[in-house]
Amino acid sequence: MKLTDYEESIRAGDMGEPRRLALEHQIKVGQFFDAEDLVEISQVHLMADTESLGVAGVEFLERVAGYPKDERRTMVPTVTDPRGTDFNAYKRMKQQDDWVDLERRAIAAFQSLDVMMTDTCINYQVIIPPVQGEHVAFGDTGSSIYTNSVLGARTNFEGGPSALAAALTGRTPRYGFHLDERRRGTARYVLETRPQDWADWGAAGGIIGRNMGSYWEVPVIDGVDGTPTSDEMKHFGAAMASFGSTPLFHMVGVTPEAPSLETVFDGAPPDPIPITRTDIDAFYDSYGVSDDQLDVVVFAAPQLSLFELQRLGHLLDGRKVNDAITLIAATAPEIKNAADRMGITAKIEDAGGILLEGVCFYQMYAREMGEANGWKRLMSNSAKIVNILGGYGYEPVLSTMERCVDSAVAGRIV
Amino acid sequence: MADRIIHGHVGIGDTVTGPALVADDNFSARYDLNRIDGTFSREAHKLYGESYLGKVLILNIAKGGVATAWMLYEMAARDRAPLALVLNYANPIMAQGAAHADFPLLDRFDCDITAAVKTGDQVTVDPAAGRIIVHE
Repeated sequence: MKLTDYEESIRAGDMGEPRRLALEHQIKVGQFFDAEDLVEISQVHLMADTESLGVAGVEFLERVAGYPKDERRTMVPTVTDPRGTDFNAYKRMKQQDDWVDLERRAIAAFQSLDVMMTDTCINYQVIIPPVQGEHVAFGDTGSSIYTNSVLGARTNFEGGPSALAAALTGRTPRYGFHLDERRRGTARYVLETRPQDWADWGAAGGIIGRNMGSYWEVPVIDGVDGTPTSDEMKHFGAAMASFGSTPLFHMVGVTPEAPSLETVFDGAPPDPIPITRTDIDAFYDSYGVSDDQLDVVVFAAPQLSLFELQRLGHLLDGRKVNDAITLIAATAPEIKNAADRMGITAKIEDAGGILLEGVCFYQMYAREMGEANGWKRLMSNSAKIVNILGGYGYEPVLSTMERCVDSAVAGRIV
Repeated sequence: MADRIIHGHVGIGDTVTGPALVADDNFSARYDLNRIDGTFSREAHKLYGESYLGKVLILNIAKGGVATAWMLYEMAARDRAPLALVLNYANPIMAQGAAHADFPLLDRFDCDITAAVKTGDQVTVDPAAGRIIVHE
């Protein structure tokens, strides 16, 4: 890879061992993908939950944190994805004390690197959304696909180690979706039905994600009847990225790089693949169950926006979650503060729900937490979370927020 | 019979040899694995219930989230990683995880690698040379 004088200086160790190691990591990754050089980035979103880090990962962070301040501090603003523990609620969740200790150690290490603990996967709604053409290094697939697609900024999926490397060097290998040629459409879908609900948008995204043959495919969605909202795009993209490892889609007439069908493809657009109401209903049915048993209802993945929380508050207002059911919602700390101030949290918790901050359900040691609480049958309006939790021993059911709430109140799937 | 060599892109990590565990299915450490006992835990996965420990894991594409980038390092530290990961197409997360953990990763072959190798085949994964050798 071609390095600038500045980057050669980092590689020589002039700016300390953490930055030298970070650059060596980036060269390994860059060479794997034939990157010619590095590109400067303006901000980093870092996935950092302790379930993924484990003891070994936290010890790695602590070693980096042990270097002098001028060698270890981030070079660009760096924010975090959800943690594994909400310190105000971990006992209610029956999380183990050793997980909480590990979480505190990870946070201390990150803070010593000057990482800002925003603890959110919806940084594009809550913190600073990048602008079109801006190069960033974002972890969390949902954050990455929204940033690439809806905002027109540029990122690859940056897992924790690479996001940390980008924070320490202020750049990332220039490959994949930093390049114009990788951002062209490769497949075409037509939405023949307008998704009616956030869960519908997740289902539509999941259908497309399942069809993607690799990270490098870029689906183009045509026929969208009216501009989707930010939350609709959020569920659509998060599910697509989860089911398909897909970092970018274009939506004709909606997203910034797709003003028309012709501009987004090199050559003639391919034949369209229709997505119908029948397809969306079949997607729901793929998470169907044979009885009405229910243990836990979860609203997360992505964390809820203020608008989603307001709707949940309305749905729960004056009602009571059945004693046999646990209802959980997760949001960003900044949104939780707003929800507290605006009385939304009270509506949810007075009904018996639990509003968690700074976490996401599947990043909270979901397998062990489920076993400790006796949760197996789980209901959610997030296509992403039902996709993930099948591997964690749950029997996930996908439905709308309304039906999830009605079921939580009834004590069974209605 | 002579060894069979299959060429791919130059990968990451050291050369290793071991038995292959193969499926025409995809891979995410978070979505698919029980990383405590070293088995595939997603019922819908074609390797459901299989132990991946000590195996060269050969699958189609990387999928899902970013967690695998940290998890490979953590799994390797507890001896709960496969011997190597071989995919038709990796994504950045797999490459970043392999780079962080010095874990053998290879992809982009001149054939469908999940059809070219069978479960139980003894294989050598040579990331520096970008090739997999099937010992026959």
